[in-house]
Amino acid sequence: MARELATKVPTSGVLMPERTRGGVAYTPLVDILETDEELRIYADMPGLDPEKIDIRFENGELTVHGRVDEADEQRDYLFREYGVGDYVRTFVVYEDVDPDKIHAEYRDGVLIVHLPKAAEAKPRRIPVKTG
Amino acid sequence: MYLTRWEPFSGTLPDVWQEMNRLQREVNRIFRDFGLDLFESAAWPRLSAGFPPLNIWEDDEALYVEAELPGMALEDIEIYVTRDNQLTIRGERKAPQVEKGTWHRRERMFGSFTRVITLPVEVDAEKVEATLHNGLLRIRLPKAESARARKIPVKAE
Repeated sequence: MARELATKVPTSGVLMPERTRGGVAYTPLVDILETDEELRIYADMPGLDPEKIDIRFENGELTVHGRVDEADEQRDYLFREYGVGDYVRTFVVYEDVDPDKIHAEYRDGVLIVHLPKAAEAKPRRIPVKTG
Repeated sequence: MYLTRWEPFSGTLPDVWQEMNRLQREVNRIFRDFGLDLFESAAWPRLSAGFPPLNIWEDDEALYVEAELPGMALEDIEIYVTRDNQLTIRGERKAPQVEKGTWHRRERMFGSFTRVITLPVEVDAEKVEATLHNGLLRIRLPKAESARARKIPVKAE
């Protein structure tokens, strides 16, 4: 159980663009749901100030970036089992989404990004006539 | 004594195998340069003994225990401190209820967990406080009177 229940992994730095800011960045773990209406991304990004979450959609790529305030290094740690740092992750979005309607909410440390599908991309029910 | 690196394909084998060894070393080196040693990989974190991972620090007055528990409410978490100075954190992370759709990725995990740790100093169990804010659980455990650091005044004669 414990093995699977991690909330984040340090980013490998291979697939990400180089960062100009120091410190460790983490890749948040995500769930991605597609419904008839939208794509929805749930990302575990605990401990952020919602003001410091930056979401960009550009050239079919969605990037989420959460900045943490400088960790308090003055603390007298007895154990340190996890690190604190920025969260960064980029997704290539193949579905036809409407960029103007992308919106997000941050609740209990989970970022939820909604990417509504463009009208043409929504499935349509084709009526079949009989007779 | 003369020591040499053990090579699986060494000895009297044709040069092509020597070349293979060299190539393997080279590939390993490249992967390491990218921080991708397969068993030390960042994508394969070495997780601690339990969930949730904890950061614990102290000051003169109290111990502080912090854990990242995104998507949970304080009602989903039980915290106990027992007489033998054990702190137990127990909870259940429930999956969100969603409408019909297709999951393209499911990396987040849900379920029950229990973590028990022995605290390094005696704490005042009556005065433990916990808060959960933006998925960050913080427990403040005031040290028992006997465990507090005391400043000993030094008199100069």
